[in-house]
Formats: sequence, C-alpha cells, structure tokens
Amino acid sequence: MIKNISNLGDAAVYCDFGTEISEKINLIVISYFNSLSKLVKEQKINGINNITPSYNKLIISFDLSITNYLEIRKIVLDLKVKNEINNNHKKIKIPVCCDDEFGLDFNRLSDKTKLSKKEILELYLNKEYFCYMTGFIAGMPFLGDIDKDIRCNRLETPRVKVPKGSVGITEQFANIYTFESPGGWNIIGNTPQKIFDQSNLEEPALIKPGDKVNFYQISKKDYLNWNE
Amino acid sequence: MSNTYFKILRSGINTTVQDKGRNHMYHIGIAMSGAIDQRNYKLSNKLVNNDLSEAVIEFAYQGPLLKLKNGKINFSITGDVLFKIIRKNLSVENGICYKNYILEDEDQIDIISTKNSVYGYLSVNGGFKLKKVWNSYSINTKANIGSNNGKKYSLEDKIFIKNSDLQINKETKIIYNQASDKIIRVIKGTNFDFFSNEAQNIFFKKNFLVTKLADRMGIRLSGHELENKVSTNIKSEGLVRGVIQVPADGNPIIMLSDHGTIGGYPKIGVVISADLDRVGQLIPGSIINFKEVSLEEAQNIFKAYTDETNKYLNECN
Repeated sequence: MIKNISNLGDAAVYCDFGTEISEKINLIVISYFNSLSKLVKEQKINGINNITPSYNKLIISFDLSITNYLEIRKIVLDLKVKNEINNNHKKIKIPVCCDDEFGLDFNRLSDKTKLSKKEILELYLNKEYFCYMTGFIAGMPFLGDIDKDIRCNRLETPRVKVPKGSVGITEQFANIYTFESPGGWNIIGNTPQKIFDQSNLEEPALIKPGDKVNFYQISKKDYLNWNE
Repeated sequence: MSNTYFKILRSGINTTVQDKGRNHMYHIGIAMSGAIDQRNYKLSNKLVNNDLSEAVIEFAYQGPLLKLKNGKINFSITGDVLFKIIRKNLSVENGICYKNYILEDEDQIDIISTKNSVYGYLSVNGGFKLKKVWNSYSINTKANIGSNNGKKYSLEDKIFIKNSDLQINKETKIIYNQASDKIIRVIKGTNFDFFSNEAQNIFFKKNFLVTKLADRMGIRLSGHELENKVSTNIKSEGLVRGVIQVPADGNPIIMLSDHGTIGGYPKIGVVISADLDRVGQLIPGSIINFKEVSLEEAQNIFKAYTDETNKYLNECN
C-alpha cells in the first residue's frame, strides 16, 4: 500500500510505495492506476491530466486551475482499490533477430558476464518477463527480471542513436526502443514488430504495465520479410 | 469548404502547431506537448475572437514566412516578436504584437525573429483545419504524433484555415508587459535531501546559466555542479513539467512540455506552475536564480497569475 504521499511541485501528487522492485508491489501500483483511471474516464474526478505508474511510485498530475493537491490527495487516500490479479493481463510474444549486425553489445556482455553469446541468449530467451511500466519514449516497455547471470550495467558512454526496434538489457531489466533514441542499454537484437503504432488510436502501445512478454529468435531472412 | 491556406515560403527553425496539450497518455510514454507559453497561446486566440482551445502556430527564434492563398483572414501574433506584413502590392508594414490584423489574399507574414525570448504564437480567426490526435492538435516531433504527421513544418507545406472569409472588422489591441524577471520560484523536490547542505544552499542562492542545450523537451543549466551525497540515480519514475532533475554531472535540467515521461535522476525541485511560461521563454545565456516557495505560496501565486491572464483576456474584448 502507499507508504507516503506528498506533493511534487504544486500540480502533482507523488505516491510512494516503498523502494522494493517486485511484481507484487508493481501490481499494487497498477491497481491504483486502474482505479483512478476508471474514475477519470467516468468523469467522476475533474482536473487530472496524467497518471504515471512506475516500479513503486505513482505520480498524478493535475490542472491547478481546476483542482489542487489536497483534493487529489484525498481522492487517492479514499480510493477503493481492487487488487490486480496477474492473469488479467495479456501474454505477448516478440520476435527478435540477434545477428551481430543487430546485437551490438554481445562482446561487451561476454566480457562482463564470462558467458558466450549462445549462453546469454539461452538465458534471455528462456524466461517470461513482466512489464513494470511503459514510458520515457512512446510505448517503451520496462520488462523484468532477467537472469542474474546476464545482468550488466549501462554503457559507460551512451549511444547518441540507438536504432528503432533495438532490444536492450541493463541491470535486471529489458526494454525495446520503440523509436530511434539516445540510450545506454546493452543491445542484444532487434525486433521487426511494431511495438508502438500511432495509427492505432485505441491501443497504440502493444505492451502495457502488467503484461507478460516472451522473446523468440528469428533469422535475418524472417526479419527482413516480417509482415504483421 | 474552405480552401484557404498558408503556403510556407520559409519554414523557420521549429514551426509547429500547439494547443493546451495532450492528456492521459503519460502512462504509455507520450508527453503532454502543448504550447510552451500557455498564456501567450491563449491571448493569440482571444485576439482573433477564437475559442481558447484552437490550435495556433508556435515558432521558435526565427519564424516562418507565410503566404495567404484563396481567402481573407484575421490574424494576430503574440510574444516578443519582430515581424512584417508584406502586402500583395509589395508594400511592407512593421507588425505589432497583441493586435489583430486583416490579411488579404496573396499577402505575406514574415516572422523575422523573437526578441529576448524563444517562442511566439500566430493565430487565425476560426482556427486551422487540422485533425486532433488523442484530443489535441499539438505536434510532438519526438514521437511523430499530432497534426502534420507529428513533424515540424517545412518549406512548401500548406496549413489550411477553417474560415475563408473575414469574420471580424474591429481592431483589437492590448498592451502586454513582457515578463523580464529572472527569479524562478521552486518547490523543493522529492529528492532534495539527496544533495549536500552546500549544494542545497547553492541551489537557492547562486546564479545559474541557461545553456544552448535547450529545446521543447527541457533546458540544461550550468554554473554550479550540485553535489549529490546519496545516489546520482533513482529507480525510474514519472516526471512532470517543471521538474528539475540533476544527473551525475551535477548540472540541473528543467523539464518542459515534450519531456520524457519517465526519468531516473534525482529531483531537486519543481518550478511552480505560474512560472512555467517564463521558464520556457528563457534564451540561452540568461542568468537565473531559484527561489524557494511553499505549496501554499505557489497556489496563491498561481491564482495571481490566473487573474492576470484573465485581465489580459478581458482586455481583448
């Protein structure tokens, strides 16, 4: 539950669920997000602009000309939260090509983990991941947790441009670059699948907080011929 | 159907359309966007008798050169902007901001530059004929969302206008005092305690310089490296406009309308809502000071800001 609630500036409420990063805590954050979003959608609360769930925080920003910190704080504290059950969420399979031209950082990862590319991929592909949050850039999923043996810090010097579709890992997390963007994650492959689709107005982001994700390897030929 | 449009003869540095912004999308990584200077965006609409939520053209530094085709319109420009109106017969008038003008078919607006500020706004009576994406016209060039396929305008593009005929014949003009104050009021951030006592003192007492690394996403400052004694990274969490993050190098960054929705740097402070327009207009080389205010003070200052905005809006009638 919420350990501490405070103001972030004059137009946002900062809900702190502690420091632990786990599926359990994150599902509580998502439950709060869903309950609040429902009230916003049903127009039972006015003035909320955005609600951002992350590993163990929830930030609610609002329009100060309509409401204020104390009002939104009270709504959050009075909220009847229905606990998210894990199997309510989608399971998604993502194709990834790990040929060397896409998997840019296998040398670095092998250096750090003392594992071969084959061993790293085995550990990476054999796990189902949980989506903690989506964001930074449009539709980018923050997935976890990857196997302990393949965890590695960010690049010392981030890339100025990480190619669109890149699949990256750092610490216990994995992600997908939905747009070309600067970034410092270790890149192990690239997916031809559209993870964010502006033209899909209902559901632009393929992967949402709480969803489960598996990666499977495809050949370069399949990558080039990919058709959704 | 109106076939009236602006033809872009020079695009300017960063010409987009903006409105109030796009809400309820942070959780999938889409920033609010919207006009950086919300007051001037509203005033430009009001000067041509528009609903305040109509899209306006936002330009930065050098603005566009626009030619009107197939119509006769009213327009106004707000901000601190140097512009000229080039009539069809090639006579040239110096433009005045915060005033509405009549523009005839084949006349041109040459937005030469903003002065001591970054952004200016151009509105036309009735608004532009554009499609909303997720309830907003705003162009987000980072995620290619919004009008014009989410891209800034370029040479030869056309921006269509809803009305083809003049709607107002009355001149409206207001006197607007450009804010020149370089004191930015801030509420302490959620990670204020991460910083050393010395850094906390420096933050509220010393001058900071606005660097060239400034755009619609954010503004990087320099001048004093703020020492962090806890951790230079936090577990990624949400951001809002106005948050001041301090990465490992100790130089603060202020988040603006197109900011990433999630960030992993400690938050030393948050600019109060009433000062966001002013922060967004800071040009590289500006020297600023942060001043601490409480939540209650910030709310009172916002009320004064809103009253002042409304006073200007009423003067447009």
